[in-house]
Amino acid sequence: MKNFFAVVKKEMRSYFTSPIAYVVIVIFLVLSGFFFYSGIAYFNLVSLQAMRSPYGAQDLNITEWVLRPLFGNISIFMLLMMPLLTMRLFSEEKKGGTFELLFTYPIKDMETVLGKYASCVGVFIIMLLATLIYPLLIHKYSTLELGPAMSGYLGLFLMGSAFISLGLFFSSLTENQIVAAVISFGALLLFWVIGWSSALASSKTGSLLTQLSILEHFGEFSKGVIDTKDVIYYLNFIILSLFLTMRSLESKRWRG
Amino acid sequence: MIEVENLTKYYGNLAAIENITFRVEKGEILGFLGPNGAGKTTTMRILAGFFPPTSGAARVVGYDVVNDSIEVRRRIGYMPETVPLYKDMRVTEYLDFVAEVKGISRKTRKSKIEKVMEECGATEVGHRLIGKLSKGFQQRVGLAQALLHDPEVLILDEPTIGLDPKQIIEIRQLIKSLAGERTVILSTHILPEVSMTCQRVIIINEGKIIAMDTPENLNKQLQKLTQILLQVEGPSREVASQLGKVKGVVKVTKKEEVSPGVWNYIVESSKDLDVRKELVQTILTHQWGLLELHPMGMSLEDIFVKLVTAEER
Repeated sequence: MKNFFAVVKKEMRSYFTSPIAYVVIVIFLVLSGFFFYSGIAYFNLVSLQAMRSPYGAQDLNITEWVLRPLFGNISIFMLLMMPLLTMRLFSEEKKGGTFELLFTYPIKDMETVLGKYASCVGVFIIMLLATLIYPLLIHKYSTLELGPAMSGYLGLFLMGSAFISLGLFFSSLTENQIVAAVISFGALLLFWVIGWSSALASSKTGSLLTQLSILEHFGEFSKGVIDTKDVIYYLNFIILSLFLTMRSLESKRWRG
Repeated sequence: MIEVENLTKYYGNLAAIENITFRVEKGEILGFLGPNGAGKTTTMRILAGFFPPTSGAARVVGYDVVNDSIEVRRRIGYMPETVPLYKDMRVTEYLDFVAEVKGISRKTRKSKIEKVMEECGATEVGHRLIGKLSKGFQQRVGLAQALLHDPEVLILDEPTIGLDPKQIIEIRQLIKSLAGERTVILSTHILPEVSMTCQRVIIINEGKIIAMDTPENLNKQLQKLTQILLQVEGPSREVASQLGKVKGVVKVTKKEEVSPGVWNYIVESSKDLDVRKELVQTILTHQWGLLELHPMGMSLEDIFVKLVTAEER
């Protein structure tokens, strides 16, 4: 357990002494900020129009119109940016040779994997916490529905953690960071869109594909529904990826 | 302290080492000698617990490197050949991380780090980024991280590579000073290094041990003739022929002319006969000038080349 914290500390330090964490967090906030602003501006416009014709007014809900699309957008930025955060985790150590020293220190593989995973999740949490400013602004100038906001954040957190676990796995496969990032991004995108093809397949395969989709399981969260099947999907995703990472490290060492 | 039995490691179909067996006693400094790709690094990596062998067993301080890998790693200090370090960390930060994972308690951590940096001569670069350090200082930091937790066994893969002559001497002295309480295995290309620092040498080629002994014994075994270098002022042809007449001399070879009229000669004589007195006598009676005389021991270099090429034949 002590080693786990040592690894977390080291990795966190590495994220924040290099520009990686700052650049990713700032770009993430710039993009989400822009989308939040345009969401609010559009909502304003529609509200103004609705004041003139009171028929549509009862459908106007700031959670539906601003927060939910924002969660959707943030999840897409995560899809783009998480591979950039995770690509260095093992690839960099392999390329620099530090892998060899790290694995002759008395640290268990499990502690290394979890430590690296937790540090990246840590950076991700900081990213996510910074976006809390948007619901706070809504709360200040309008009424925020706390339930959907919280469940949406839980969904984002689970989804991002799943992205990181898969990225960690692909980083353990190669010593090239670009390769790790590209494969992670490709795999995540595939998990994202896999449900779309369900209409083309038979009903059984179709529902299987839908259940595999990362996006499908996120939908309920952003509506304010926390379904155990979605939570379990993400947890399974994470555990499987971490397990594969452990195997990949072990096999690397057997092969030499 | 270290027991290695029939250690074999395959990379795919390629055998990196085959049936290596040796022992290292407590407090001994063992030198690992061999050409590139001989299997030195592979052996050391297995001992350090980085990867398991294909077959065979190795025990360090009584613990098996495969089954008790973590216990082994707690007791060794390992410095890999390329000294891979985290370039974006400061020296003290890095050593702090190493101290933490090596289980040095928070209280003693700071003093331990200071002590080891002092020992390795890295105190002055403590707060600098490792990536910005010169090769020599990186090497010292690499040594410092290996020594940090006072390991019983030190495994150093080419510890002096890339250092300047002064640093090499310092590091060698440091390694020598460690012997006695710690067991050291070091590998090197540089042959004099082995004869200077090690009590025992293993010469390894193409994954097999081809010789294992003290440097002196290796010397004795392989040296059949005594060679003596002479620098004499006088007519070269006559000097050579007269020296050849001395009893016990097998062969005289005229080497290069050092300055006008002064030549170097190499005189070979049978091993058990000291012909130096007679050689000097001969030179003096002919009134030539004797400028230099010294016996040439067979260097480890010659032994090494001899063994490795004999193996290939």
